[in-house]
Amino acid sequence: MSTESQTTTESFESFESIQRSQVPAESSSHHHEEPTGIWSWITTVDHKRIGIMYFMTSMFFLGIGGLEAMLIRIQLFRPDSDFISAELYNQLFTMHGTTMIFLVAMPLAVAFFNYIVPLQIGARDVAFPRLNALSYWIYLFGGLYLNASWFFGAAPNTSWVGYANLTSTEYSPGLNVDFWVLGLSILGVSSIMGGVNFITTIINLRAPGMKLMRMPLFTWMTFVTSFLLVTALPVIAVALILLAFDRFFATNFFVVASGGDTTMWQHLFWIFGHPEVYILVLPAFGVISDVIPAFSRKPLFGYAVVVYAGVLIGFIGWGVWSHHMFTTGLGPIADSFFVASTMIIAIPTGVKIFNWMATMWGGALKMNTAMTFAVSLVGMFVLGGLSGIMHSSAPVDLQQHDSYFVVAHFHYVIVGGLLLGMFSGLYYWFPKVTGRMPNEALGKLHFWLTFIGFNLTFFPMHFSGMYGMPRRTWTYRAELNVEIYNQLSTVGAFILAISTVVLLYNLWKSARTGEKASHNPWGAPSLEWSIPSPPHHYNFPALPQVRSREPLWHEDERKEIEAITLAEPEVEPEMPNPSFWPIVLAAGVTLTWALVMTGRWWAPVIGLVLTAIPVYCWAFEDPFAKKETAHG
Amino acid sequence: MADAAAVAHDDHHYTSTGLNNWKLGFWTFIGSECLFFGTLISTYMAYKGASIVGPYPEKVFDIPLTSISTFVLLMSSLAMVLALDGVQKGSKKKALIWLGTVIVMGAIFLGFQYYEFTHFIHEYHLTLQTNVFGSTFYVLTGFHGAHVTIGVIWMITLFIRVLQGKMPPEKALQVEIAGLYWHFVDIVWIVIFVLIYLIP
Amino acid sequence: MRFAKLLGGLLALAVLAIPVAAQQEYPMSTIAPASDFAEGIHSVYVQIFWWAMGILTVCWVVLAYILIRFRERPDSPRPKQIHGDARLEIAWTVVPALIVVAIAIPTIQTVFQTQRAHPDAFVVDVIGHQYWWEFRYPQHGDVVTANELRLPVNQPVSLRIWSNDVIHSFWIPLLGGKRDANPLRAVPEGKDTHYSWIHMTPSETGYFLGQCAEFCGESHSRMMMSVVVETEEEFEAWLDDWRAGHAVPGTQTAQAEVAPMQAAGFAAMPVGSAQETAAPAPPTDPRLLEGYNLFVGQCVACHGIPGDPNAMASVAPDLTLLGRRERIGAGMLENTPENLVRWIRDPRSIKPGVLMPGVDYEGGRAPIVWPAFPYSDEQIESIALYLTSLR
Repeated sequence: MSTESQTTTESFESFESIQRSQVPAESSSHHHEEPTGIWSWITTVDHKRIGIMYFMTSMFFLGIGGLEAMLIRIQLFRPDSDFISAELYNQLFTMHGTTMIFLVAMPLAVAFFNYIVPLQIGARDVAFPRLNALSYWIYLFGGLYLNASWFFGAAPNTSWVGYANLTSTEYSPGLNVDFWVLGLSILGVSSIMGGVNFITTIINLRAPGMKLMRMPLFTWMTFVTSFLLVTALPVIAVALILLAFDRFFATNFFVVASGGDTTMWQHLFWIFGHPEVYILVLPAFGVISDVIPAFSRKPLFGYAVVVYAGVLIGFIGWGVWSHHMFTTGLGPIADSFFVASTMIIAIPTGVKIFNWMATMWGGALKMNTAMTFAVSLVGMFVLGGLSGIMHSSAPVDLQQHDSYFVVAHFHYVIVGGLLLGMFSGLYYWFPKVTGRMPNEALGKLHFWLTFIGFNLTFFPMHFSGMYGMPRRTWTYRAELNVEIYNQLSTVGAFILAISTVVLLYNLWKSARTGEKASHNPWGAPSLEWSIPSPPHHYNFPALPQVRSREPLWHEDERKEIEAITLAEPEVEPEMPNPSFWPIVLAAGVTLTWALVMTGRWWAPVIGLVLTAIPVYCWAFEDPFAKKETAHG
Repeated sequence: MADAAAVAHDDHHYTSTGLNNWKLGFWTFIGSECLFFGTLISTYMAYKGASIVGPYPEKVFDIPLTSISTFVLLMSSLAMVLALDGVQKGSKKKALIWLGTVIVMGAIFLGFQYYEFTHFIHEYHLTLQTNVFGSTFYVLTGFHGAHVTIGVIWMITLFIRVLQGKMPPEKALQVEIAGLYWHFVDIVWIVIFVLIYLIP
Repeated sequence: MRFAKLLGGLLALAVLAIPVAAQQEYPMSTIAPASDFAEGIHSVYVQIFWWAMGILTVCWVVLAYILIRFRERPDSPRPKQIHGDARLEIAWTVVPALIVVAIAIPTIQTVFQTQRAHPDAFVVDVIGHQYWWEFRYPQHGDVVTANELRLPVNQPVSLRIWSNDVIHSFWIPLLGGKRDANPLRAVPEGKDTHYSWIHMTPSETGYFLGQCAEFCGESHSRMMMSVVVETEEEFEAWLDDWRAGHAVPGTQTAQAEVAPMQAAGFAAMPVGSAQETAAPAPPTDPRLLEGYNLFVGQCVACHGIPGDPNAMASVAPDLTLLGRRERIGAGMLENTPENLVRWIRDPRSIKPGVLMPGVDYEGGRAPIVWPAFPYSDEQIESIALYLTSLR
């Protein structure tokens, strides 16, 4: 790695100098007082506020999903335990999976998309601010709708993959699956709109000079993820529609007696489901691809390769779905094809990992909390990736599929990949969002509790799975001899729960009493660090001119940019007005879906008619109408 | 600095590519819709010949009749192009005539579909529940019909706006985007017609 | 450093796991193969396992080195600003690609090998039900059994797998990987029905435990099953006994069998008198006769003992030679009269959501159409004794 063939001769500025650079006009005396109060949050179209709301809401659902996990782990502490009933257990693990994927992992990433991407590309907001608010409100209402099932004692109970024909009215007559199928469709609408919004934003709202190959990696991965969202979600939407028709209108899609095919559901679900895995993990890859260079004091090694690897992962991710179906019995030719495609996807993933390590090689690693989380992702994801290689081999998968080995694998990928990455991003961008530094001691405590709790919870699951414990089981027999592994997992889960409390305390405390942060406390290279912390509601007084990949690491460029981005404009840029219609429209959409549950075709039509009202009000509202008429 | 502030005032129209946001966003949405209809059509194709009991497609489809409605929908795309031209050129009369034509043609298509559905139900006793063919056929064409319906409502809205004189050439983009939607729905129907009706 | 320590610990754990698992302490171990199918899978697994360990070690060691060596110090020089290196990028693309090929070759070979039926294999139909397994031997007459599959050792078998209701998955880890039991899709005339298959040759005798591996409803976690791999002679003897129509114990042997059964369970019971009893006849022992009559009064609505014209139903598990099974309730309970009593009284306390109502049933979620059994404790005991006597 000693080669200098591509060492640049550009003059990189010293980091001390970047951090010291004091801003002439930086002060807390904004010209424009931000409106406060609950109404201003309900009607906001500001991407930063929406990002914060996404974050808060996903933390709320993380609490619920975590509680479900704790109950599961207590139940499994002993063999043949009767702490909770089989039915409740089935509801808990179904809702744990559904909540963590659709209500925590995806929105948590979207929270970062919202807050960070416009700042990274030098934009004032996303392309469609009101649509952005609509996405959020639909997400919130969809999540609440899904969880409302608990109050009916009918939470979904057919696992997060909801395999047909267990989900048919014949085998699941209750409301459980109704809540699931309709709740997920609502959430799908939100994700598709988010994807459209971010694709447009990233293509169209880059500051002058911000070429695609100059974009920070987080923005790049958001871009790839958004493409996956707009293409993968329609597939699950169709699957859910078919299931809903089967349930509410007695169609034959998954009715085997009429020639319907239960395997069709598996295909549709996983054609969505595998890109979904990358929807979850690519944003985290993006985060650490920004964090690692920032704290290694070195540019990302092989920028182009890392970008293309991400794009390739997103692309190949479409051709591997049947590796979730090796046990279905598709035949050796199909199996071999999906073995090959799945193994191929390991290559770009490996390349990313090597590039991260090469970025750190020869650097001056500043091991603060953000960096520690980023590095731990690299280490943990290797493990999750390698167990993935094991069951990419179809014969081996026949043993591991639907056992706790797989549970261990995907938790290493999702917690070890996505969650650690998101935590890294959280500590990294915390000063930008709040204007205060995160508490390092509490941060490190949070890290170690997370790291230990995570490994203690999920590493033993490799063993319980290897010794034959199937997943989605309410109890296990003592004779399987997996009690000790389950007990370790339960202890680990408690440590994880404690770590979350530490995190929340740290966020609360640091946001209130943390040390004041300068506009670029880390000496980081990308545009979001050129504006004050926290940013003005208009982000950039004027659009900066970008000339390189690390604009703030080149002294000339940095000074030029900061002269624009830190200035106090005489006339503030005009920003769109707050709007009431997104939340009303979101309520209408949710109501329409909920009315499908009545099973009468005209009920949702009423909902549609009601929904049309806010659509028209929205369409004829001028977002830039004079402020006097607006709320505030 | 003063320059920057002045620029700031109207640079919410600035885009990196020069493309309008709404247009780009709508293209992205259409991409998403392609996957939606692609999946529905694939489901139909995968379930082809899977029905245990009749009626089967070859018995119920009336190709000449559907060809007429297909032709009407196809022609409505032409009318849409002319309507957009009218709005862009500020010709209220031309815009109204052709938007009206789009609305009428869309309604005719929906009328044909209504006739086809009721005919299938009453003549052949083919409902959503009868067999796999019924389920896949009605859900696919039903969702397409719903898209046409939304399109017609959209066109009516634009028609009223033009009538009120609230659609000057500067706002032609609104009609252009509606046109994108209309053409897309039209193309989807061509695919459906070829794959579902014409290929035995 | 901490990563290195952790690595060492984890590696040691992983390596230790292999010999430990080889012992019979883990009746559902995925790494203790007892058939050619499981052996084929295991050899691929071991190869990939060592590749993975190698890659993991390299990555973690390098990572640990980086964390120690390149940590920021007060005297750290300013890092050299390197943007990349084409040769390195090519190297770490090509090397993983070669490893992938090395893994893919044995994988795909095994995919084809394990999905090929042996020409001499006999077929067993494996049918999943919520929440039990039905096994039929179409090439051995109409022999049928439930939850305990009997197979002769060293004889190739092809399991033809489907489901009667929702998707299940047939998994006996020691005998190989799982295959889903899909509900049989109706097909138009002239098209073939699609089944799942497992082709294997058990290579060891023994009692192999398994469990449904695809979530199938409320009692999924308690849908277990097992495979008894026995010598060919034992297997043939079992088939003969079955065909002999063991609806009831022979009149001669019944009394002799009851006493030890009540005293010490069934374990020490001799097997054998089967062949002599050609046709079923009601038991002569009054207690067993009572049990038989009670059995015919309720249970035969769902359960069958094909040798007995009074018990021809096949909705619920077949009970022929029930006394010879090691477990009842689809693997949940040891087969003792006490457990049978427990099961008949309230099967739902053992398997929630099961369709059998029992005595204590007071209504619930499952669509049970049969009312609770109107039997006293003593009567249930008689039924249990009768069923246990079916050997």
